[in-house]
Amino acid sequence: MASASSPDTMLTSAKIVIAGGFGVGKTTCVGSISEIPPINTEAWMTAASEPVDRLDPGIDKTTTTVAMDFGRLTIGQDLVLYLFGTPGQARFWPMWDDLCRGAVGALVLCDTRHLDASFAAMNYFEQDSDVPFVVCVNLFDGVLTHDLEEIREALALSPDIPLITCDARDPSSVARALMAVVEHTMRRTAGSATGALTAR
Amino acid sequence: MATTHWKVRPYVLTGGRTRTRQPLLIHTLVSAPSYDAVFAASLLPETRSLYENAREVKSVAELSACSGMPLGVTRVVVDDLVATDRLVVHVDPYSSPFDFRLLERLRDGLRQLA
Repeated sequence: MASASSPDTMLTSAKIVIAGGFGVGKTTCVGSISEIPPINTEAWMTAASEPVDRLDPGIDKTTTTVAMDFGRLTIGQDLVLYLFGTPGQARFWPMWDDLCRGAVGALVLCDTRHLDASFAAMNYFEQDSDVPFVVCVNLFDGVLTHDLEEIREALALSPDIPLITCDARDPSSVARALMAVVEHTMRRTAGSATGALTAR
Repeated sequence: MATTHWKVRPYVLTGGRTRTRQPLLIHTLVSAPSYDAVFAASLLPETRSLYENAREVKSVAELSACSGMPLGVTRVVVDDLVATDRLVVHVDPYSSPFDFRLLERLRDGLRQLA
């Protein structure tokens, strides 16, 4: 590689957050479309510990690390889209704020076999975040087992939040789901010419 | 990613500091426009790894992953290297993540993959 040239420093980035409960397909979703192998990294340190965490004798305080995984997608010569999967456990909310700051939007994945696994993520985006979001049913076997309207009702999802489906294993299906996120953000922020709805 | 074994508490690398002069989001891009091998050799292993990896444009999250430092520590280290002109932060040409020009480009780019 030649040394840094001006096109390099023109490169900018955007971010979409992939949220949802444990086992709903976040990592699969990131991995199927990312051009690099998804990176799983110990991103945050926290003093939060579960009552079941065992402390070794002689150590009076411990920090644990919270992992996140992410992927990268080149949109053009000067634009890269990062996809960040949220840590699953609800006790990591402060990290969600860090993860979501400056995001274009979020895709909240859910699995019809465990809808409740994604309730916490939906609550977060409904109540605690200004990041526009779309809810997406991951079709594990490529088939939709329930009617989307029934799912919307079961999720108590507000009518202005799009509910879509995707197959997290299929790159083009994931691309369509991400497009739906971008289009939803466009609708949500239309009218405020420069996107006055600022990210926190 | 291998688990890092810390011989020292992570924030020792930052002198205990946790704040940065500028907001560094996890997807903020950083690079080393004029890499200096002599300077690299003078750095602590984690910081050196971060600096070397920034020879190609990377996000703060990627630099955290490849240097094995948590995000908070990575931000302070990046911030220090920016303050001494060793690294540059790529300036975002868009007014916000909801800038219509950005959203249009993302939509069109994703459509090509769909």
